[in-house]
Amino acid sequence: MDKRSVFKSVWLPILFAAPQMLLVFLFFYWPAVAVLRWAFTLEPPFGGNAEFVGFANFVEVLTNPLYWNSVMVSVIFALAGTLTTIFIGLVLALAADRQLPGSGLFRFLYILPYAIAGPAAGMAFRFILSPERGIAASLNAMWPDFWNPAKYGSHALIFVIIIFAWKWAGYTFIFLFAGLQSVPKALTEAAAMDGSGPIRRAIDIQVPLLAPTLFFLLVIMMTEGFVGADTFGIVHRTTNGGPNHATEVMVFGIVNEAFQGLNYSGAAAQSIILIGLIMVFTFIQFRFVERRVHYK
Amino acid sequence: MAEIDIRAARKSYGKNPTLHGIDLNFQSGEFVVILGPSGCGKSTLLRMIAGLEDITSGEIAIDGRVVNRLEPRERGCAMVFQNYALYPHMTVAGNMGYALKVAGVPKPERERRIAETAKIVGLSDYLERKPAALSGGQRQRVAMARAIIREPKVFLFDEPLSNLDAKLRVTMRAEIRKLHQRLSATSVFVTHDQVEAMTLADKLVVMNKGHVEQVGHPLDVYHRPASTFVASFIGAPAMNLFESRVEVETASAYLGGAPVRLPSSLAASLRGKDVTIGIRPEHTIVATKGPGVAAEVDFIEELGAGRVVHMLVEGEPFAATIGEDLNVAPGDRVSLDLPLEHLHVFNRETGRRIDPSDLPADAPAQHCAPLLTTP
Amino acid sequence: MIQRTPYADAFTYFVMILGFILLIGPFLVIIAGATQTLQQINSVPFRFMPQGQFLENASAAWARADLARAIGNSFVMAGLITVGKVVLSAMTAFAIVYFRSPLRHFFFWAVFITLMLPLEVRVVPTYNVAADMFEPFRLLIAFVTGIEVSVEWNLLNSYAGLTLPLIATATGTFLYRQFFMTLPDELAEAARMDGSGPVRFFFEMLLPLSRTNMLALTTIMFVYGWNQYLWPLLMVTDPTYKTTMMSLSALVPSENATPDWNVTLAGTLIIMTPPLLVVALLQRWFVRGLVATEK
Repeated sequence: MDKRSVFKSVWLPILFAAPQMLLVFLFFYWPAVAVLRWAFTLEPPFGGNAEFVGFANFVEVLTNPLYWNSVMVSVIFALAGTLTTIFIGLVLALAADRQLPGSGLFRFLYILPYAIAGPAAGMAFRFILSPERGIAASLNAMWPDFWNPAKYGSHALIFVIIIFAWKWAGYTFIFLFAGLQSVPKALTEAAAMDGSGPIRRAIDIQVPLLAPTLFFLLVIMMTEGFVGADTFGIVHRTTNGGPNHATEVMVFGIVNEAFQGLNYSGAAAQSIILIGLIMVFTFIQFRFVERRVHYK
Repeated sequence: MAEIDIRAARKSYGKNPTLHGIDLNFQSGEFVVILGPSGCGKSTLLRMIAGLEDITSGEIAIDGRVVNRLEPRERGCAMVFQNYALYPHMTVAGNMGYALKVAGVPKPERERRIAETAKIVGLSDYLERKPAALSGGQRQRVAMARAIIREPKVFLFDEPLSNLDAKLRVTMRAEIRKLHQRLSATSVFVTHDQVEAMTLADKLVVMNKGHVEQVGHPLDVYHRPASTFVASFIGAPAMNLFESRVEVETASAYLGGAPVRLPSSLAASLRGKDVTIGIRPEHTIVATKGPGVAAEVDFIEELGAGRVVHMLVEGEPFAATIGEDLNVAPGDRVSLDLPLEHLHVFNRETGRRIDPSDLPADAPAQHCAPLLTTP
Repeated sequence: MIQRTPYADAFTYFVMILGFILLIGPFLVIIAGATQTLQQINSVPFRFMPQGQFLENASAAWARADLARAIGNSFVMAGLITVGKVVLSAMTAFAIVYFRSPLRHFFFWAVFITLMLPLEVRVVPTYNVAADMFEPFRLLIAFVTGIEVSVEWNLLNSYAGLTLPLIATATGTFLYRQFFMTLPDELAEAARMDGSGPVRFFFEMLLPLSRTNMLALTTIMFVYGWNQYLWPLLMVTDPTYKTTMMSLSALVPSENATPDWNVTLAGTLIIMTPPLLVVALLQRWFVRGLVATEK
């Protein structure tokens, strides 16, 4: 799609685009090339020039059980996080879409958690879900170690997923609510005339019509779960990857490998794999997600 | 005031030519209407004059100066757009004064001219409103005022009335005509509406598929269409066209088995040729019986000031306008008389008019006034 | 209108209240905790009623995490990032949409592909660039001309370093591009007929017309900027430049004494407040920006 009429100038567009191009080159493409270079080379431990090693770094990464652990953790984190957020968002959107008195207020409130940074939320949830306090404490009193993220890896993973879901449920809610609003009222009315109740209508009419939005959110949230800024922040601020690597998501692994392990080549190889994954998600998103929603 | 010269102007987008060598000359102060169906290239031509569209080859000169390489602002044209293209964030006064502001006209001068122009178009009370708070007609006036205020050499109108409702269109049409008489700047008006074209034009340019079909005074174009395209495009209901071979012996054409006499001057030279013959509905005489072309009434449109009877001749539609005194009903069989002085004869292959100088130059106006209807 | 059944309505309210407890409950716990004394917060069961201790806790947190400085820095950082993103994305989109430059596809894709390069995967080399901004140019010049130039500019521990690497924005650029595409062609044509050049058109037409977009983009970008975590964490070592997200670690209650979560929560609450206010007060714009940028 092009504008019919445009301005004629060779230099002006370059001048206007130049600042962003410069930033993109400096902080995206130059580093990306470095990552690519490092992924295929190895710096000798005692200095000297980097040496081309082919796929050796990838082989090392892919044969490392800890790497596969981080892949598993990331998959569980992204999948569980995505499904939870979409489920909560959908249920709340269906409820809010009924437009009962007061639902506007709930709509306003549901969006608020999205304002909170992952790490800040993590900080608060360390208190809210701490095993020594609140509901968890009473449950722990009945069944010792019912909830102890510091001790059990599975608990820790659930813990970070809860934080992720809490923050992002409002986001999926926004899109799903907007999607529901754009479902023609005549359709649900027709279903009502056919004698179907509110819940039947939701399942038979509204949710199928939301399919494009749901798919869009699935892709977006999976991407967010794998590489989103909050994913690193949440893990880093709460469990720090532990206990025993149980919450070491892929991005956490990369940053750790680079800054703790000082293994740039290994981190670079992991990065390349992750970039490939993102490209797949991006491709899916632009290839299959056409319809978008309009918030009322 | 400026003369516009278009010489062999071509336009192509990539490999697709949209204008195939246009040659036109518009006199200073003339009101030129370019008429044609959508996609005929009329807007492209206008935009080439404006400088919004590059000229692929050929030349356009305004006042003797070739403007091919000039920016729109350097050509001295003002334009009124179909959707008005008002600046939504500026008031009416801001919209009107923008060109002057860009040109560096000092503020007092600017305000004086805004007030003056607003008076001309009747917008004095709306100067502080935003376009969103105006009606369609008022927006149209702002668009006009924005053009007028610059005192341009040339006015360009790109279907400016097509977004208005029928009644407003008639009013605005009259206003544009009056405005032209007052300002007498060269105006080029693009439209697909033949009524606008007939009522506004000093010079009518009919375009089709990137070619100029005919240039002339509107009545000339109406009475002596240069091609079957022009014949069928101008006039409502459209001219009846039928194909026939001119019989060698009788030098007559045939329609529905009945002979149709041709003007003697033409008939002789057309013996044995394939032609397309046209006659306007208002020139077709319908009788309930008689020796003419046999037709069957299909349906009748009441227009108040007359009726259009739609008939079938050998299964092909044929229309005629009739008075209220003639009583026909769908299914009736009628007889048509096609007076030879009103026949238009075209070459069937090229679609061009044949030997027009032999036909009467001015059809008798008292016979039947052209019936134009606003769509 | 669809008939309302009392059961369905009651169930709807039940669901919405459940949603309220899930999504807003944590805020209530934070607020309640932030207003309690050390003794109150460590008693079981937890009291959900806010108490009167907030100011004391807040000032303790304020001092412990040096929040005055951190909040100031975060405002500067989020502000610069927001302004930078809004300005640069409008300019780039203008270059892409309103000129038929052969480079416009290059501009578009150069911006688009950044979507696939999140900070986490290029963090070390990006850090290196920030530490030595001119290195790419030095190497390029040396590669092309063979001349060694020695200019250095270190961005670590500076506002420039905190913001410049985060200003490039694909979402913002696409938002503007989308908006410019919806403007009628005639707008630019009318402006051209009126004698306006491209720069004047940009400033007098496009920018005023995109006010709505700008506000929407500003809200989401401010929240984005405020919530940045990894980048400041890496590049700031000088406490002068530390941001609120970094001061979170100073708020962690000590392991040895009785954990003073009341102070921690008060500090966290303060840190959460600015983006929370943006989303709450400008929700219309925020939501609009959010939905629009995903197009």
